[in-house]
Amino acid sequence: MTIATPRTGTTDTHCPYCALQCGMRIAGKTVEPRDFPTNRGGLCQKGWTSAALLDSPGRLTEPLVRVNGRLRPTTWDHALDLVADRLVELQAAHGRDAVAVFGGGGLTNEKAYQLGKFARVALGTSRIDYNGRFCMSSAAAAGMKAFGMDRGMPFPVEDLRRADAVLLVGGNPAETMPPFVQHLRDAELVVVDPRRSATAEKAALHLQPAPGTDLALALGILHAVVADGHLRHDYLAARTTGFDDVWRIAAAWWPERAERVTGVAAGDQRAAAALLARAANAFVLTARGTEQHARGTDMVSAWINLALALGLPGRQGSGFGCLTGQGNGQGGREHGQKADQLPGYRRLDDPAARAHVAAVWGVDPESLPAPGVSAYELLDEGPRGLLVFGSNIAVSAPHANRTTRSLSEVDLLVVADVVLSETAAMADVVLPVTQWAEEDGTLTNLEGRVLLRRRAVRPPENVWTDLEVLHGLAVRLGQPPARFPVEAEAVFDELRRASAGGLADYSGVTYDRLRDGEALHWPVPAVDHPGTPRAFLDRFAHADGLARFVPVDHSGPAEPPDDEFPLQATTGRVLQHYQSGAQTRLVPELAAAVPEVHVEVHPDAAARAGLADGDLAAVVSRRGTVRARVRCVATIRVDLVFLPFHFPGSGSANLLTNPELDPTSRMPEFKVCAVRLEVA
Amino acid sequence: MSGALRDRGAGVRVVVVGYGMAGARLAERIRGKGGNVELTVLGAEPHAAYNRILLSSVVGGGLTPEMVRLHDEDWARRHDVDLRIATTVSAIDRAARHVMLADGSTVDYDVLVLATGSRPWVPPTEGLLVDGVLAPGAATFRTLDDCERIVAAAAPGTPIAVLGGGLLGIEAARGLAGRGNPVTVVHPVGHLMERQLDRGAGQVLAARLATLGVEVRLGVKAARYVPGDGLKLDDGSHVPAGFVVVSTGVIPETTLARDAGLTVERGIVVDDSLRTDDAAIHAIGDCAQHPGTVSGLVQPAWEQAEVLADLLTGTSTTTRYRGTANVTRLKARDVDLAAFGDVHAEVDNTDAEVLCLSDPTRGRYAKLVLRDDRVTGAIVLGVPDAAATITQLYDRGIPAPSDRIALLLGRTLPPGVSVAHSPVDLPAATTVCRCNTVSKSQLVKAWRGGARGVSGLATATRATTGCGGCHDTVSAIADWLASAEETPA
Repeated sequence: MTIATPRTGTTDTHCPYCALQCGMRIAGKTVEPRDFPTNRGGLCQKGWTSAALLDSPGRLTEPLVRVNGRLRPTTWDHALDLVADRLVELQAAHGRDAVAVFGGGGLTNEKAYQLGKFARVALGTSRIDYNGRFCMSSAAAAGMKAFGMDRGMPFPVEDLRRADAVLLVGGNPAETMPPFVQHLRDAELVVVDPRRSATAEKAALHLQPAPGTDLALALGILHAVVADGHLRHDYLAARTTGFDDVWRIAAAWWPERAERVTGVAAGDQRAAAALLARAANAFVLTARGTEQHARGTDMVSAWINLALALGLPGRQGSGFGCLTGQGNGQGGREHGQKADQLPGYRRLDDPAARAHVAAVWGVDPESLPAPGVSAYELLDEGPRGLLVFGSNIAVSAPHANRTTRSLSEVDLLVVADVVLSETAAMADVVLPVTQWAEEDGTLTNLEGRVLLRRRAVRPPENVWTDLEVLHGLAVRLGQPPARFPVEAEAVFDELRRASAGGLADYSGVTYDRLRDGEALHWPVPAVDHPGTPRAFLDRFAHADGLARFVPVDHSGPAEPPDDEFPLQATTGRVLQHYQSGAQTRLVPELAAAVPEVHVEVHPDAAARAGLADGDLAAVVSRRGTVRARVRCVATIRVDLVFLPFHFPGSGSANLLTNPELDPTSRMPEFKVCAVRLEVA
Repeated sequence: MSGALRDRGAGVRVVVVGYGMAGARLAERIRGKGGNVELTVLGAEPHAAYNRILLSSVVGGGLTPEMVRLHDEDWARRHDVDLRIATTVSAIDRAARHVMLADGSTVDYDVLVLATGSRPWVPPTEGLLVDGVLAPGAATFRTLDDCERIVAAAAPGTPIAVLGGGLLGIEAARGLAGRGNPVTVVHPVGHLMERQLDRGAGQVLAARLATLGVEVRLGVKAARYVPGDGLKLDDGSHVPAGFVVVSTGVIPETTLARDAGLTVERGIVVDDSLRTDDAAIHAIGDCAQHPGTVSGLVQPAWEQAEVLADLLTGTSTTTRYRGTANVTRLKARDVDLAAFGDVHAEVDNTDAEVLCLSDPTRGRYAKLVLRDDRVTGAIVLGVPDAAATITQLYDRGIPAPSDRIALLLGRTLPPGVSVAHSPVDLPAATTVCRCNTVSKSQLVKAWRGGARGVSGLATATRATTGCGGCHDTVSAIADWLASAEETPA
């Protein structure tokens, strides 16, 4: 299929939701799919209905300020004056770090960049982090350790189409990014998931480990790779270092031992090893199921070790990748809204990086704050002022009871959003901002390709772009107006300079090149550089060019089941909703298809709790109780329940989740906690 | 010098006798947990510790001896361990708190840990032991050196006899058969692995091994061994063998403990702190006897090492070892066997629920014993995924699913799968296009509204416009609706 010429009055754009960034075309308030390498003309129900939010009655159209406990409309000047005055007061009284900024992985590169700059320059606070901490941080940390660089997929998504075998760990793209599944159709697919998900249904081999035991499974498969003669000695010698230490751990995980811990048959572990080893081209992909753990970084390292033992990364047609979740989950983690990071994937604690970025910003490097704390810690330490952009923390953070209490104790909560999310509803000031089709901006999709989304429709009259909001606040905080431009392209040009020479080098990406339809995967270090669709083909990004095996061992979930909480709960998504559901719950067609939270339970576990299919259950953990509709599923483990996390209030799956953090990535343990089941 | 007289701040001196699976793991865990410990490890074998569990993989050819080493040569230096290999301890002086080495020197301890393991038992077969040493052409199956002898002798085609049809004997036999050696297992009892299996399972296992080139001789003893010729059995028959592997059980190595006056029964008796009746002496692994444990397996040894490391480093003073649930899991290619718990309960047992399914032709046997809805015993042979699931139910104490047969059959009968042979048979409410939540009834409705063909149905309902995976189903529904329309009512 060739890309058709757009009809008059239409704009080529990309879907507002996940990191697949399906190509779509918008005409007025309707969208239709278009051919693009990631979606090849497909759209899921979320994509098809995405325009419904452009004129939804739930849309925020004017600034709101809390007066006598109620949010009331006001003017932009009044709202921004109020916010700026209060920020100055709070910082004067309690120090710079008393004000925190919370960003999102759905923000464009320009917004993410500007938000980081705003926090460090206009507010001078070290307290900035974002919801990507809850998403890609373990994958990113493990990628940095192994390869010296974190690009979720260091290869174009189309490479998967030519693979003979794919091992997908902890991902359910058949629901979370449906058109992606087209790329897996011809490969022998091995899916690792404690649930028999829609994706697992498509697999040649489904490995169903007990939640939180993925690391033991990876070690068991690695053992089988070695013992069954599949180890790629030539590749190990030429391109890697550190195998021996990893083997000494994996040696103790012969498949029969891994079976006892994981519940995955030893024979299936060997079959997976053989299936990957005999494939001419193979990929190992991880996603949140294996990453959102208190040992998530180690879990990803274990899967990378397996991929390295099989000789996959950095080889044309094979590789290792992580499936990024949010629309700009990749770009959002590269340009400075992360606690320890500056634009271009530079480290905030690196003096050379500070000097480079400070020069671009026109400030003294000494004035830049030190690295701050991670998302959950930032909320947990109780900021006096909190600015939230593009995130619905009240629903998406772990231990929702604790998080909502933290939010309610903030002296000044400011939320910029498209709709009145549960977090916005708690705010002192709510700022209505533009959404995808109403503004220009770039995003970096799951394969590290930079995409331009152009303004296609006029935003409601009294709605500002986030860049305008940041400009308005920065000026009120005493910044020179020119330091915070409002044109996306101007911000991007500054981002290019700030990222130049960094790991995620965007200096060669221009709006013109993107308008011309060039496929530019970072790094793009010069305007005449063709981009890097496949990274690591010659060398990995460590100084010696070698990939690192990282020795990691299994230790199990932070909260094992016990007599009081004998079941384990895991969380995830359904096809019809996106993230906290703030947007998709307002789309009538999606809300009608999946109106409320459910809990997937084995029929025996339900019966034992006195529950039948369709009943209302209470799912109880040490931290909270969720009321959810029982859905009996015979294919789930007897000791496991599953809840989607798109719902607010008493239906929020995050009432249950464990905020135990990964020591490296600071990722909370979303994917496993101990619960019991009761009649609601 | 006793511990109490030593300088304050100096570490407690822990001396570990034995550098096998248990001793090596204990040393690792002590170093992993920190604390102020001066650590000495004394190993009798002349090389670094290795993973004994993997010796069957070495015999089978999957792993080289080098790959089963637990530690590299630099390990002790990096972890500040005074490691002495090829060092034999000849006695313990409990009063002086030191151990005496074969060369006459002594090593002082505050805490002594015996991790001396076990040694093979060799049956009184005539000609097998000559002056207490195995005759030429025979080896036990216990050490890396044993393995190297076996591998060296196992030239393809050389017939090999394995004495002993227990777990290790069968693993060795399977490994050697896989190398191309004709193998005969000689076992004095009426069925294989009689401690872990009932008779039915033993028979199915023997039949399965036969298909893999392992002949099994049951209920007979080896009467005489003639090097180069083979074994003469006590029923008068002859097993030709160029080499004999002796795998007839082990005896806990307790000589040091016994000589030192510690309480020894089958093994060195220890309590839940892994302590002997001398508070300064502990024992772990095969040489130890704890009421909750069957010795001879690695899992208890590792769990004991973990507990003892907690206690010796002061990481926790309240940790106790309460025993290990024993699961026997054969590691032999193409023979998938798990057995545990109450395996000898009969199907007519009245105080337990016992299910048993035997399919000897296909090498399958599954027995499940339950009490109060919990699995208390099982034998699962040839149904690998069921073995994995049932073991998890047992280990985790999870109530078993009510569909016991499905549990026994594993993937042979995936639960909850209803097979529709044609889209025509699908219930109307079935979601056909998941990406766009389109049910079969919505497609039928769209057809009635005039939509024709896959593209017409796609335009009307968006079915097939996501991942496209439902294209064939939608196409079949379109064909069915078209043909139904042509057929007069």
